[in-house]
Amino acid sequence: MLYAIHSLPFLWEGLLITLEVSALVIFFSLIAGVILGVGIVYGPRWLYWPIRIYSDFLRGIPLLVLIFFLYYALPFVSINLTNIAAVVLALSAFETAHIIEVVRGAIQSIPRGQNEAAKTIGLQFGQRLLYVIAPQAVRRFLPPWINAVVDTVKGSALVSLVGIVDLMLAIQQVIGRTYIPMPLYVLGAVMYFVINYSLSSASRALEARFAYIRE
Amino acid sequence: MTYHLNFDFVWRHFDKLGWGLVLSLELALISILIGMAIGLSLALAYTGGGRFIRSIVAGYVEFIRNVPLLLLVYLVFYGVPSVGGFAYEANASFVMTLAVYAGATMVEVFRAGLAAVPGGLIDAGKAIGLTGWQRLIWVRLPTMFRIVLPSLSNAYVSLFKDTSLASVIAVPELTYGAQWINTNSFRVIEVWSVVAPMYLVTGYGLLFLLQRLERRFVVH
Amino acid sequence: MSGSSSPLVVQVRGLRKSFGANRVLDGIDLDVHKGEVVVVIGPSGSGKTTLLRCINLLETYDEGSIQVDGVEVGFRDGPGGARQPRGDRELSRIRADIGMVFQLFNLFPHLTARENVMLGLRKVRGLSAAEAKRIAEHWLTRVGLADKLDSLPSQLSGGQQQRVGIARAVAMDPKVLLLDEITSALDPELVGEVLTAVQELAQDGMTMIVVTHEMTFARDVSTRIVFMDGGRIQVEGTPRAVLSTTNHERLKAFLARIELTLH
Repeated sequence: MLYAIHSLPFLWEGLLITLEVSALVIFFSLIAGVILGVGIVYGPRWLYWPIRIYSDFLRGIPLLVLIFFLYYALPFVSINLTNIAAVVLALSAFETAHIIEVVRGAIQSIPRGQNEAAKTIGLQFGQRLLYVIAPQAVRRFLPPWINAVVDTVKGSALVSLVGIVDLMLAIQQVIGRTYIPMPLYVLGAVMYFVINYSLSSASRALEARFAYIRE
Repeated sequence: MTYHLNFDFVWRHFDKLGWGLVLSLELALISILIGMAIGLSLALAYTGGGRFIRSIVAGYVEFIRNVPLLLLVYLVFYGVPSVGGFAYEANASFVMTLAVYAGATMVEVFRAGLAAVPGGLIDAGKAIGLTGWQRLIWVRLPTMFRIVLPSLSNAYVSLFKDTSLASVIAVPELTYGAQWINTNSFRVIEVWSVVAPMYLVTGYGLLFLLQRLERRFVVH
Repeated sequence: MSGSSSPLVVQVRGLRKSFGANRVLDGIDLDVHKGEVVVVIGPSGSGKTTLLRCINLLETYDEGSIQVDGVEVGFRDGPGGARQPRGDRELSRIRADIGMVFQLFNLFPHLTARENVMLGLRKVRGLSAAEAKRIAEHWLTRVGLADKLDSLPSQLSGGQQQRVGIARAVAMDPKVLLLDEITSALDPELVGEVLTAVQELAQDGMTMIVVTHEMTFARDVSTRIVFMDGGRIQVEGTPRAVLSTTNHERLKAFLARIELTLH
């Protein structure tokens, strides 16, 4: 048990990597996901299918397959990214696909009557988006997006399989030295749990607070 | 440096991929069946039970849903035997892990499904004199199953993709087969360009078939 | 009350519209003068709501013409005399002068009652915040909601929400007000407060086209009743004449059915 305590600094380093990878992925996927999500709803027809195919493809394969593929295949086509860059790319591509769906759902779940009422008082397209659609879309977007953030943190554990010393791999390495798997796995589980449970609680609180938006 | 695509190695060892795919589907199937059993019992316990039972069930669900599946796989395969003194083989270990993981999702699916049974149907059951148990078996559960069918289909396909994690404990499913070919031939692009479509086609194909099946049963 | 001597606000000629193979509007001609309250009745599927929604271009129309205050709503004159559909910006300007109240209220859920009414005044009419607030509060008070200015729609009853919807439409000072079955989604005890508000607007001279099943309202408030069936106007006349018709079979049958369900 003493070993477990001694290994805390090492685990902490791993946790920082986990958080760093997660933060990068959340940042990139949010931007790309929102832009492409809005694009698929309001964009021209020729934009719809490429985004749709991207989203369906990336959501149809396991995340592990995507990480392995990008990590091992990119060097073969002379794209040499650092380890972290490669996994951030893979995770971001994956999460973006999910966020596109969240954005699409948020916008399309707004009743048609809202857009009609906005037209009726004479608002133009940009004004309708800004004053009527976006405020409602954002409130519908936030809870499922936080769930996607939780999925990102959980998914980040897979980077341990390509040698990045995140929290997951740090745990494995400490176990390798100390031969006491269970306490360390439990400790790791608790650490992930604390992060993700706070996020999911925030999501539930937001959902309750914005319930008035859904008639 | 030019790279010439060569699929020979992949085709020669395609059996690893083909049988791996079959194993993935089996693992997912067994897991979801066990998971449904866990989920249904816990959902019924939750719906009918007091505060204590509800917090236990909620604790289980929250724990499983907030911890990475990879960690759970390791915990069950490496961690539990070290404490319990017994060992089990990788396939069984993974199925147990995935079943427990699936169970957490299933609790929520069934709980929501039970809550969605129209009150009027239950009242009708009472009106013709059915007891609580009879109403459960003859009215509530059948209706609930029709309501949750779409969620069950989605869950199965999701679990099918999650079986890729079994590769980390050397279970010879599809991703493991791909990694094997990768390690032994370095034909990275070839193998993944075969395996990714295998997941895609199987996943969406399953979804399509299951939706066709649903149409006969789903309540609108 | 005004009649055909006052200016023409809405003029519909030869209006035709199909949804796919379904001909919903089959040649509608209608004139509405300033100050008139025209009530449109008819069985479901007769095209009444579609007619209303064409007037402010929530639906496009295939053939014919709709003019509000002399301006063709859906099209403008293109080169060579052909007609071109209007773009979003032009339509927005035209729509600002046509008010609509919906069956399902369609209040903006993230805004208070006051803000719901102020939005158009600020962003479309370009009024200052203070001026928009004053007008919004004036109209909300007129419909009896002076104590609900800061309430969100989720905190209001159906009747209250609909009155906010009326205030929102009227505050824009429209040339004509379109009312699409505005009491159909309300509990019976809430219908009265809404109809009272509409009646007061009519007495103040607001031009209205009303689609409704409320026959008492039609009889007491309208200047003219129009009966539609199968995409056409079948009967048109004064309330007394239409509601006590003896020779039009389909109208008689329709009125009988309505009476049955109401009593």
